[in-house]
Amino acid sequence: MGPFIETLIGGLMAGMLYSLIALGFVLIFKASGVFNFAQGAMVLFAALAMARLAEWLPRFTGLDGKLLVNVIAFAGALAVMVVVAWLVERLALSRLVNQEGITLLMATLGIAYLLEGAGQMLFGNDIYKIDIGLPKDPMFLFEKTFEGGILVSKEDLYAALIAAALVASLSLFFQKTATGRALRAVADDHQAAQSIGIPLSRIWVIVWSVAGFVALVAGMIWGSKLGVQFSLSLVALKALPVVILGGLTSVPGAIVGGLLIGVGEKLSEAYLGPALGGGIEYWFGYVLVLGVLLVRPQGLFGEKIIDRV
Amino acid sequence: MLYRENGQFKTTYAADSQILPIRQDRIAMMLLLIAAFVVIPAVSSEYLLRAVLIPFLILSLAALGLNVLVGYCGQISLGSGAFMAVGAYVAYNCQARFEGMPLVVSLLAGGLGATVLGVAFGIPSLRIKGLYLAVATLAAQFFVDWACLRLKWVTNDSTSGSVSVAHLDLFGLPVESPQARYLLCLAIVVLFALITKNIVRGHIGRSWMAMRDMDVAAAVIGIRPVQAKLSAFAVSSFIIGVAGALWGFVHLGSWEPAAFGINRSFDLLFMVIIGGLGSISGAFFGAAFIVVLPLLLDKLPYWTGLPMDTATASHLALMIFGALIVFFLIKEPHGLARLWATAKEKLRLWPFPH
Amino acid sequence: MKKIGDVILDVKNISLAFGGVKALTDISFDVREHEIRAIIGPNGAGKSSMLNCINGVYQPQQGAITLRGRTFKGMSPRQVAEMGVARTFQNLALFKGMSVLDNIMTGRNLRMRRGLFWQALHVGPARREETEQRAVVERIIDFLEIQACRKTPVGRLPYGLQKRVDLGRALAMEPSLLLLDEPMAGMNVEEKQDMCRFILDVNDEFGTTIVLIEHDMGVVMDISDRVVVLDYGRKIGDGTPDEVRGNADVIRAYLGGEAPAAGAPAALHAEAA
Repeated sequence: MGPFIETLIGGLMAGMLYSLIALGFVLIFKASGVFNFAQGAMVLFAALAMARLAEWLPRFTGLDGKLLVNVIAFAGALAVMVVVAWLVERLALSRLVNQEGITLLMATLGIAYLLEGAGQMLFGNDIYKIDIGLPKDPMFLFEKTFEGGILVSKEDLYAALIAAALVASLSLFFQKTATGRALRAVADDHQAAQSIGIPLSRIWVIVWSVAGFVALVAGMIWGSKLGVQFSLSLVALKALPVVILGGLTSVPGAIVGGLLIGVGEKLSEAYLGPALGGGIEYWFGYVLVLGVLLVRPQGLFGEKIIDRV
Repeated sequence: MLYRENGQFKTTYAADSQILPIRQDRIAMMLLLIAAFVVIPAVSSEYLLRAVLIPFLILSLAALGLNVLVGYCGQISLGSGAFMAVGAYVAYNCQARFEGMPLVVSLLAGGLGATVLGVAFGIPSLRIKGLYLAVATLAAQFFVDWACLRLKWVTNDSTSGSVSVAHLDLFGLPVESPQARYLLCLAIVVLFALITKNIVRGHIGRSWMAMRDMDVAAAVIGIRPVQAKLSAFAVSSFIIGVAGALWGFVHLGSWEPAAFGINRSFDLLFMVIIGGLGSISGAFFGAAFIVVLPLLLDKLPYWTGLPMDTATASHLALMIFGALIVFFLIKEPHGLARLWATAKEKLRLWPFPH
Repeated sequence: MKKIGDVILDVKNISLAFGGVKALTDISFDVREHEIRAIIGPNGAGKSSMLNCINGVYQPQQGAITLRGRTFKGMSPRQVAEMGVARTFQNLALFKGMSVLDNIMTGRNLRMRRGLFWQALHVGPARREETEQRAVVERIIDFLEIQACRKTPVGRLPYGLQKRVDLGRALAMEPSLLLLDEPMAGMNVEEKQDMCRFILDVNDEFGTTIVLIEHDMGVVMDISDRVVVLDYGRKIGDGTPDEVRGNADVIRAYLGGEAPAAGAPAALHAEAA
């Protein structure tokens, strides 16, 4: 029982991190109807920015104190992401407005390549560290109930909490604020939103900036776990099934989807893995999503597509 | 002046529905085929054949297959690399496990293997649409990636995880030299292009396009969605499977599963979009773009004369690649085929401006 | 004098709802062979939904439809198509990526049998079949006078011509029952006259039964044999054009308020035209 709960908790926490990245996808899709394949590249770019800024700050300004350096680096990286968002909107998005879904998809893929190349050129392509003071030692819970206790990684726990906080605040943002309402209006119908005076380009810059913020937080957390390197951008491929499972347009869906896939992956790896030769995690999320979509083609919380003739 | 239809009247429906109704087009195609079959092998260097033309041909074939699915039938597939992989590995297993298996049979078997996977993934497409389907096809990609790596019987129990194909021969004639390999690929590509064009201009092709454009109306006309979608998946994956087998056998010689990973899928999709959705010639244009561009970008340091280490050069190349893709999609979202068609329209009027 | 035959389409107690929205409530009417039956009513009355039910696009929650003796509540659109029913659409639903010729050729799809193998080779049987069907489609193109634009992609044509292509595609199915959803919407007087001519010719020469949704009262009164009136998903009138014209409920639905006495037909005519 002990190992099962351990795996379960590990899965929940990993799932929370997937949700974080999935959130970036959902945000952009909700507000601009674009499926942003560049989200992974954005995570990498943001993480690189923060890692390098944190490194350069002490070197060039003599600032000390880890907290201060990290905060300034975070703010700096956020500013960079806002600039990226503005550039993407100006140069690419505004000119691709009326194209079909697949064209937009491929355009974001092009942007992904651009960001990956630019990130590595500007910030370097080694493995960098982000140290935001997350404790690396594990802790043992319920030592009395289960023998040896349940091993929980403190780092993962803090990460999950940060992710949860972010997700909660974003949900509130969408539901309760005027800007959030405007974003939802834009997602529903671009032209109608424009005709009631919602400034489309500004909304898109805001959305991509928020997605950049989410990417930064995700990059910060994953980066402190794994180190900041090129493979970070591949983490987005893990989040795709989460996005689809939850339904492309649903924030709570991204959360539930993330948890389900996180847990599913870890449990299947632990229990099915040995029978099939290991490495199941690689495709489990996707196959799970495929199964769900067969039953519910719009994902768990997505909007049902009705064809009117 | 040169490119006019004057005097070319068609008196039968059969004549009107030819692939190339305008005489000048037919002459141009004749010349192109002669150049491709006779001139190019004679004058091209080994490098040109091995590094440019052969990959171009094989990837054109794969892009052709993908265009059938994405361009003509409107189903987005992100897992085409998996179909290439299945084609390659099935063909390999045929070759390796059965003594004296003819090359053609192995290639076709590869295609059929991919077809089985394609139809299996076509079934979800009956319920799942659009972006949801796109991500579902990634399940194929990752599953096949994993299977080729972990399931021993796929690689015929190879210890290193990579497989290789020894000498190739076609009905007894060795296919070793670059020229021979080039001609083999060319013959297969031309054959498949012709077959695909024929299918696409018949009622099956029309049913695909109807499903793409408006599937509810298509059903009302009597088109069976199941048949249309599954046949598109079947034809598409067969072609991609054969391309995958060719890629492994003729171009790579020996390969690992990573050769057919997700970057390959993205590359194929780029080819289809940039070449032009729903166009046979588009597959060729797109493949040319995607094959030639990285080669040009690799030479960047040399051309700009700037001192650059290889890492920076490759990052710059990646950036330019991405930027060009975005630029292209903004300028001509319907792809190079549309640009070509527009150019031909202008040529019809030449030397008059309008 | 046209001979109107027996009932070939019998709609009984059809009710259709989308979630909480009741599109149709307890609709019953019949259609006789060779006649032109119009369905009229204010916007949102459920006319298109009614056609969609006959067509198999929507499955009604209640009621039954009897077509040539076969009763069904929900058939797939293809099955209905195989029974000889074709339709046009209010919003065209043409295949924008294909030419006029190809669009109409899709209407022949049910009759094209040659499989993948022959299609790939495009010789012999497949080629013959293609040419035969092309001949049929060309006759329809001649009939609808759209020869000049047969190779043009449909998306580039003006609206009136697109409507003709839609009709052509339905005619290509050689239907015995043709459902037309506002075939004259958005047309000027000349275009309407052309379309009327086509509809009457089809009915005349081929004996096709026609069910027609239309807003133009002049057209309805002129060409239809019988009329069904819907309002808010309910049937409020059924009979010959003259009978319906004098029906108080119908007048009220279109004009609102009290029904004026003597001048009613003219007012109805003017209001809805």
